[in-house]
Amino acid sequence: MDVSTTPERKARLPFLARYNMLPRTILRGRREGMVENRPLLDVLTHIVLIIGVAVIAFPVYVTFVASTITAEQVLAAPMPLVPGPHLIDNYREALLRGAGNSAAPVWMMMVNSLVSALIIAIGKIAISLISAFAIVYFRFPLRNFFFWMIFVTLMLPVEVRILPTYKIVSDLGMLDSYAGLTLPLIASATATFLFRQFFLTIPDELAEAARIDGAGPMRFFWDVVIPMSKTSMAALFVIQFIYGWNQYLWPLIVTTQENYYTVVIGIKRMIVGGGDAAIEWQLVMATAIMAMLPPAAVVILMQRWFVKGLVDTEK
Amino acid sequence: MAKVDFHNVRKSYGSLEVIHGVDARVADGEFIVIVGPSGCGKSTLLRMVAGLESITAGEIAIGDRIVNELEPKDRDIAMVFQNYALYPHMSVYDNMAYGLRIRGMSKEEIDQRVRKAGGILELGPLLQRKPRQLSGGQRQRVAMGRAIVREPKVFLFDEPLSNLDAKLRVQMRFEIQKLHRTLGTTSLYVTHDQVEAMTLAHRMIVMNAGVAEQIGSPMDVYEDPATRFVAGFIGSPSMNFLAGKGAGAGKVALEHGGIVRYANGQVETGRDVVVGIRPEHLTAADPADAMFAGTVEMVEQLGADTLVHLAHGADNAIVRRPQGQTAAVGETLHVTAEPSRVYLFDAASGLRLR
Repeated sequence: MDVSTTPERKARLPFLARYNMLPRTILRGRREGMVENRPLLDVLTHIVLIIGVAVIAFPVYVTFVASTITAEQVLAAPMPLVPGPHLIDNYREALLRGAGNSAAPVWMMMVNSLVSALIIAIGKIAISLISAFAIVYFRFPLRNFFFWMIFVTLMLPVEVRILPTYKIVSDLGMLDSYAGLTLPLIASATATFLFRQFFLTIPDELAEAARIDGAGPMRFFWDVVIPMSKTSMAALFVIQFIYGWNQYLWPLIVTTQENYYTVVIGIKRMIVGGGDAAIEWQLVMATAIMAMLPPAAVVILMQRWFVKGLVDTEK
Repeated sequence: MAKVDFHNVRKSYGSLEVIHGVDARVADGEFIVIVGPSGCGKSTLLRMVAGLESITAGEIAIGDRIVNELEPKDRDIAMVFQNYALYPHMSVYDNMAYGLRIRGMSKEEIDQRVRKAGGILELGPLLQRKPRQLSGGQRQRVAMGRAIVREPKVFLFDEPLSNLDAKLRVQMRFEIQKLHRTLGTTSLYVTHDQVEAMTLAHRMIVMNAGVAEQIGSPMDVYEDPATRFVAGFIGSPSMNFLAGKGAGAGKVALEHGGIVRYANGQVETGRDVVVGIRPEHLTAADPADAMFAGTVEMVEQLGADTLVHLAHGADNAIVRRPQGQTAAVGETLHVTAEPSRVYLFDAASGLRLR
């Protein structure tokens, strides 16, 4: 069918052209008149892109393959590049028994990771929302001072203040607990700053209209500010969930009992330690694949929600 | 419904006083327009009535209650903002119902009030839409609906039509007028647009630099301006001002040539005055009968009439001529006016000389 003839198609042409979605036949026709008609360049661009994808995707693929074969096959050189038949066995074993030195089953570590990542993400959003609201909408002594204090903490990530923070957490008896795992990571200057910037774009008249409508500050916060912040909250949730999930150093220091291990330290525990036991690479790889899934799921699921939010809210 | 009293109302930001004591009495059911150039304090005055700005000195009373210390929600007022200030995430219905819900009104009563307001403003089919799905005019109507459902004692409008295009503005002006006729609620309306002020107001407060220069009905203000500022601000194109000196009974000698005869007031010989004549009151005349002459600098054809811009020495004057009577650029035009239409202002203070 000649795509260029239907009137409906024609009406959509400018739109399609803008997004580089013109049907091929038309593109070819259009291209003839253009200065830049270099098939070689096209090939080159694609080669670069394919190399880029391969660099990222190939190790993941190898990991996946390694998680579907036996330990001997993993160690054999060369390692096979076709998935083997032990997918279900390996994953079941990793999930239920664990691997290597770490006796904790992976499902338990996944739960720990999930709980801490959720607490960190939600906690960060809640705290930042409240502090940004206070800083933008209330006038209190030393308001700017506090704002800058929060801002300055950007320069002090957990890694820098790890000893004093450890001391405090340990003195408070929060080692080996979800509180110890998450609380020190919750305070967030980035999120506070982001919400502050967003609140500053909400017109003052909205707050005034709410005041005249009889809404007190917290009512305004709950009924107007929070619904309007949904998209920022979604974006932050994605970022902070992954941040929380990927935490390595802090959980490593603050947990000593296996039932509080997160999956990221779990993987590390599996490959170091007792020299005697051969490392069960197929199980380590299965764990690695499983550890990648929740952040990926959050990105994919929240992306849809995020776009929906963008369409729904508008000032 | 209620009256609103301003008693020596002042507002300062630190040491900077922006409103220098406004006294006014707004009668029950009256439509008052506060008009003035930007920065004159008109919005501040309105926001003081709303309770969004504190009152530095003086008193504002709504009904018989002094509201200085009351929260906005307790003042029984409703406000319409220039940028509408609709809650973007709520439907039209919820936007109007929000204030009532906070006040704990029953669902049935809320529903009844919202539907009634929706009916008055012809918002019926739009009630489930979100603000972003509405046009500017519709949003403005929702903002008014939000004010109406509250059934307040006083409506406050803060430049509500400034964000609309010219045609819509005329239409909304008409709707606001109709609304006020239907509801009869006391209204304070802030605008910088003197056409809105003239057409909507029962009485207007003309403000300049934090002072209420004149309070009166639109035609009073137009025909009997109290100061040179008011005379220049109300009327379009604005009044012509020509420098001159008193020259005997009923006469002023213009600085750049010409004698203006006046019927109202008196000026001692030699006193510096400013003569004000509206463009619509100037007519072409024979050189012998003319008050002054000027060189035509520009001609603006507006269709119904023509504006002829004259250069008269360092002063300028605009003559509004009916359709068909035009002038050529460069020619000398002799003009005159009815002596009763000539206004005199003190050159230094700008006060009207009567």
